[in-house]
Amino acid sequence: MKRWLMIKKLLPLALAGSMTFLSAAQAAEPILIGAAASKTGPMAGGAAVTYWPNVKLWEHEVNARGGLQMADGSKRPIRIIEYDDRTDPAETIRAVQRLATNDRADFILAPYSTGLALAAAPIFDRYGYPMVNVSTITDQTDTLSARYERIFFTLGKTSVLAAGVVDALVQLREAGEIGNRVALVNVADAFGIELAQAARPALQEKGFEIVFNRSYPLGTQDLTPVMRGAAAARPDAFVAFSYPPDTFALTELAQVENLDVKVFYTAVGTPFPSYKGRFGDAINGVMGVGGVNADSDAFQAYQKRHQEVTGQAPDFWASAVQYASFQVLEQAIEGVGGVDRAAVTDYIKNNTFQTVMGEWRFENQQIRSYWTVGQWQDGEFKGIASEGNLPGAVAPTIKNGWK
Amino acid sequence: MVILLTGLFLGGIYALIAMGLSLQYGVARIMNLASGEMLVAGAFAGFWVYTAFSVSPYVALFFVVPLAFAFNWLIYNWLLLPLVRRAKNRGQLEVDSILATFGMSFVLVGVMLMAFGGSYFSYSWLARPIELLGSNYSQNRVLAFAVAAVICGGLYLLINRTRLGLSIRAVAVDPRAAGLVAIDVKKVAALTFALGGAVAAAGGTLLSTFLTFDASIGVVFTIKALVIVIMGGVGDIRGAIVAALALGLAETLVATLLDPGLTLAAAYLLFILILLFRPQGLFGRSAL
Repeated sequence: MKRWLMIKKLLPLALAGSMTFLSAAQAAEPILIGAAASKTGPMAGGAAVTYWPNVKLWEHEVNARGGLQMADGSKRPIRIIEYDDRTDPAETIRAVQRLATNDRADFILAPYSTGLALAAAPIFDRYGYPMVNVSTITDQTDTLSARYERIFFTLGKTSVLAAGVVDALVQLREAGEIGNRVALVNVADAFGIELAQAARPALQEKGFEIVFNRSYPLGTQDLTPVMRGAAAARPDAFVAFSYPPDTFALTELAQVENLDVKVFYTAVGTPFPSYKGRFGDAINGVMGVGGVNADSDAFQAYQKRHQEVTGQAPDFWASAVQYASFQVLEQAIEGVGGVDRAAVTDYIKNNTFQTVMGEWRFENQQIRSYWTVGQWQDGEFKGIASEGNLPGAVAPTIKNGWK
Repeated sequence: MVILLTGLFLGGIYALIAMGLSLQYGVARIMNLASGEMLVAGAFAGFWVYTAFSVSPYVALFFVVPLAFAFNWLIYNWLLLPLVRRAKNRGQLEVDSILATFGMSFVLVGVMLMAFGGSYFSYSWLARPIELLGSNYSQNRVLAFAVAAVICGGLYLLINRTRLGLSIRAVAVDPRAAGLVAIDVKKVAALTFALGGAVAAAGGTLLSTFLTFDASIGVVFTIKALVIVIMGGVGDIRGAIVAALALGLAETLVATLLDPGLTLAAAYLLFILILLFRPQGLFGRSAL
């Protein structure tokens, strides 16, 4: 007993040591922006691609032009206070509370990933902070918007993302390219479960036959049995609602098993630049969640700035949306001309924003136009289906082997 | 047959992961919670060698093993030896070393985060099929298994056939008695701890050829290694090997025949059964 007591006492000390140090740069009366998201734990890998670089880019861009324009004519720079939530919801909540009460942040950026953001939503609401979510994908957006007046969603709903995949399959089947047989696998985590639950009836309704259906736990080290089972079922299409580590593993195993499908879909991680970095041209024709209008000037300019400032490329899905969410906050603060959180929240609800994703206007606290399915075509991940008819979609093609 | 081989390949890797901890815990009596971080460091080395110089990640083993050996030797002598000296009994040393290495794991994660950033790392190397007994396996996994088998076999010979091995076994059984027969317990413990660290790092390099990893994934492997070491019996590397293979087979069996979602349940069911019927582990001796 004594041993465990000791460990319990010392644990918080060890944990405190892992907190990120605050940036020391002190300028004249900066606006304090809190950011609590994962730097360690299972979500850290995704956050390091989609979340943190955009925080850095945004801080850099705003301060490079002198800061945010206030109503009295002055300009205030922004200062970011970062906390690592270690992919632990309790830690996210603690960090947000700390930002609100201890650091007295003027605004707090929404955490990364569905589970962590939803855990923190009541805290944002209680302390009166607007919460512009990006990587929070659930079918509860309407309920949550009704419950919390300061919450906003930008990246879509699970059922719509699943419907996008089904539509792409229907489109290819009508073109006579694929048959009816679909293998469906998913990671047993909120995101994967919700998507699979939405996709299953949608596929059946459209007359597809689900010939293989499995889920696997987050962090499975060997997915060989899953891929082998899927290959044995001889599907026309392979659909995996996966997270980045399993997206990579499944893609590699598909090549090893020489999975002969016309459609290969994996979810989060597919639009990452490192996905292409790893597999090269073999991924031509691979479909994934999200997408961008790769030809738009706004995206290309953003891509260039992202590379210059952070030294890495943005992904082809949530990165640009993440940055757009920061632009919303930025334009709302300038629109109000101050840091009055209630006024900023109202401003977000009632105004139109010019972002890297184009013109944004929140309807019922949600953005209704977003990419649902993309595909690697000629070395670029392009949007092939979207909610709200985004411009720049290309037609889906079938996958021709793994060479 | 397919299940058997797939399970064996997975188990072989597990064996290597657990071997390092088994040595460190069994002989040096240090429950090293930073073992997984050592492994991730090895994985980063493999990644770096492959992406920067486009040579086989296995080349990394040539410097990973000596470096990890030296690093762990230093850690033992500087950080852990004071704990060993002041510990009045084995229990106290265990608690102290758990706390110290727990802290160390945070430091190591922090250093790797600073050096490499938090994103996912993976590369494709030998991701081609090889046909064995009528089905396909990835070459990188098969090769990793083969190398793991060589390392495990080498360690087994070292421990059971050499004079150093004899001292190591003596210290594992009873450090005090080993001291009485003119074995330099401190030196043997330090060497074994360093050896364990080197094995863990080598395991990381092998893993990096087929697994997507990030700077903070180490704890996953620490836990796995812990389970295997306890299942196998503390301080017995045969036990660790058998337990690891059993775990690999059980996981693959369940994933193929029942549901991949039940692999964790199967692993822990096996763990509980062994603890119930052989609390000292498969090959373990009753506590002294």
